[in-house]
Amino acid sequence: MANSFTRMISGRNTALMMAVGASTLASGYLISDNTSAAERMRTYPPSADYPDLRKHNNCMAAALTPAIYARLRDRATAHNWTLDQCIQTGVDNPGHPFIKTVGMVAGDEESYEVFAEIFDPVIKDRHNGYDPRTMKHPTDLDSSKITSGFFDERYVLSSRVRTGRSIRGLSLPPACTRSERREVERVVVTALSGLKGDLAGRYYSLGDMSQREQQQLIDEHFLFDKPVSPLLTAAGMARDWPDARGIWHNNDKNFLIWINEEDHTRIISMEKGGNMKRVFERFCKGLKQVEHLIQERGWEFMWNERLGYILTCPSNLGTGLRAGVHIRLPFLSKDPRFGKVLENLRLQKRGTGGVDTAATGDTFDISNLDRLGKSEVELVQLVIDGVNYLIECEKRLERGQDIKIPAPIPQFRK
Amino acid sequence: MSQWVIFDLFGFPYRTVLMKTNGRRYCQKPFKCEELERLVVKKSDNYVRQRGKYGAAMPFGNTHNQMKMNYSSDQEYPDLSKHNNHMAKILTPAMYERLRSKQTPSGFTLDDVIQTGVDNPGHPFIMTVGCVAGDEETYEVFKELLDPVIEDRHGGYKPADKHKTDLNPDNLKGGDDLDPNYVLSSRVRTGRSIRGFCLPPHCSRGERRMVEKLSNEALDSLTGDLKGKYYALKNMTDAEQQQLIDDHFLFDKPVSPLLLASGMARDWPDARGIWHNDNKTFLVWVNEEDHLRVISMQKGGNMKEVFNRFCTGLTKIESLFKEKGHEFMWNEHLGYVLTCPSNLGTGLRAGVHMKLPNMSKHAKFEEVLKRLRLQKRGTGGVDTAAVGGVFDISNADRLGFSEVELVQMVVDGVKLLTEMEKRLEKGQSIDDLMPAQK
Repeated sequence: MANSFTRMISGRNTALMMAVGASTLASGYLISDNTSAAERMRTYPPSADYPDLRKHNNCMAAALTPAIYARLRDRATAHNWTLDQCIQTGVDNPGHPFIKTVGMVAGDEESYEVFAEIFDPVIKDRHNGYDPRTMKHPTDLDSSKITSGFFDERYVLSSRVRTGRSIRGLSLPPACTRSERREVERVVVTALSGLKGDLAGRYYSLGDMSQREQQQLIDEHFLFDKPVSPLLTAAGMARDWPDARGIWHNNDKNFLIWINEEDHTRIISMEKGGNMKRVFERFCKGLKQVEHLIQERGWEFMWNERLGYILTCPSNLGTGLRAGVHIRLPFLSKDPRFGKVLENLRLQKRGTGGVDTAATGDTFDISNLDRLGKSEVELVQLVIDGVNYLIECEKRLERGQDIKIPAPIPQFRK
Repeated sequence: MSQWVIFDLFGFPYRTVLMKTNGRRYCQKPFKCEELERLVVKKSDNYVRQRGKYGAAMPFGNTHNQMKMNYSSDQEYPDLSKHNNHMAKILTPAMYERLRSKQTPSGFTLDDVIQTGVDNPGHPFIMTVGCVAGDEETYEVFKELLDPVIEDRHGGYKPADKHKTDLNPDNLKGGDDLDPNYVLSSRVRTGRSIRGFCLPPHCSRGERRMVEKLSNEALDSLTGDLKGKYYALKNMTDAEQQQLIDDHFLFDKPVSPLLLASGMARDWPDARGIWHNDNKTFLVWVNEEDHLRVISMQKGGNMKEVFNRFCTGLTKIESLFKEKGHEFMWNEHLGYVLTCPSNLGTGLRAGVHMKLPNMSKHAKFEEVLKRLRLQKRGTGGVDTAAVGGVFDISNADRLGFSEVELVQMVVDGVKLLTEMEKRLEKGQSIDDLMPAQK
């Protein structure tokens, strides 16, 4: 190793470059470039920079081979975003033996193309075998297709649907500059000010908030804070906090948008009680109106047929949708088959504080596991049917009857 | 329906404007972008970084997004209205405009320099620096910002001033007899950077590993009472780790947001480690906040011995590096170049842990320290509180005084503080002992 570091690969010998495994394009272009940057590239072949992933358990570490790294290291998107910047969060956070995180982020829409060689296997791993090269993702925001979306409110305390949207042409939170982030804020807030009727509302910028406003938003469980999770901070999303971050919500306080947190926008529709259909209706209506308002000014959301809506984390591609309820399941949660029931229904449980929190008492946050490969309508219907099944099981257990584990819902080939 | 795609300077489709056709507006379905995709892929065929008009691009690191150059300087300028650090005091929109298009040869930009200061507004009482260097050239390319920051932080050190380096321990007077009833331990530390490699905020994994490799080679050749062993952070056994914790040697991944925001903790614990001699009195940290942190310490009050070993060890290490064709980053104006501007010059902190239960409660404690050019910290190091009346007392300065001068200040100052503590124990006054401002 020592010799390969210190050996200066002399100028015109491209054959030697290829033998060392450097990208052929890079060698062909840079050999004639005498800047110190180019010199560094020659001194440090990709093998010198390949991260040590032996103790790592995340999708990126499982998929990134030295060969892939060597081919992609010297590339950059038009925004100058590199592979090392994509994977930094996965290198810095080895993960947990039980929880497999994704381990990489995108800096812009182009990342998913330029670094497709690593993103595609990661997407396949995370999204149950979905292959972006061959499959298409359906988008469907027609809420009229939803059936039986009213839950028994003796069990379901609240219902919520969230997703994210990115503004095409601007870099994503890990990579954006201050001016780009401020532009996102400007574009979205201008659009939101055009919402009317039950969607009319107000914007609160994080930096300019008064104490009273802040307390109010905390009490309503609306306020988001500077990320502390090392998964997010290592990716660079918390830079320049709280510049250009804010919260918008409607006067009825059931439609809420976070600006420049983990994604350009996070759109949330929620209300107390079990009327998931109404929550989803408002969600779709709001989304369509916002999209329409930004298009009037010449902007649009990042979307394509292969990956659906483009967001920062590959785990949120496709619909980016998490539809869920807070539900009390005192009997079912103690049943040893609870986990399997959820698994087969393609649902996951979280604590009521959100991801990575523990459940308090018997109340759980139950939501869909999948994001990509099924449309919004399909996923919400899946949650509705699943939660109804859980309520059925709970009622049966209350009466002393037995429950059945449902057949698993089909997914893609792995 | 017709679509227009505008390509920006870098060939990326920046924005799409939709036109009306047949009097009907574009429908609610999301924009299908096959055409755009093909265009995007085509334009990005030459994915390989090119030397764009803003300088050489690098295959690694925190190089910032050059899209910012499409926006005006005002649009990009950080909001520093709630900030209290040296960088925020000095930076102006006009200065930002002049410097924002510059890069060091390795690609370190102004935004990289100031990111930690933007992310950490600071504290009304404690003035942090708020900027870091990514390589040696940072101090040249961004002089306009860093010279006034240095002047502010280092007591008026001017851009034309010269810094003296003196690592001859014979020049230290006394220091071998600090009262062990009060002085529990003595320690001297500094940092060194290896010329030709980027500093921790900016270095690639390859560079960091090279720094580790070179340091190991140099340290392995030390002999006599300096002979020792290297413990790589990622290969440490549990037993070794516990031992190092018990010896108070082990450093951990930084948690301070000041350090994290600058990018120093990337790829932890790759290429980080601790080397120490068999006697456990000479210790080197590799790739923590700087390339090397060199520490000499021992229990008791024999600062002279600690400083002797410090100078001998440092000089030896430097000569071992030179034999292999490497040298430390140093220049006449800034002395030893380190990551944080606060550590320039000597990068030296000489200090003791000493018991000052009475003195610390005295109204004039702070004033005395200020006049002696000393500072107090808790026994956990920077940003910790003192426990049981035991303080870490060390020199406040780094730049503009030589190593010998700084250690002399500590030795003399600690002697005086001991005197004062003894007086206060007996209930006597210390007014006649008050020192003049050094």
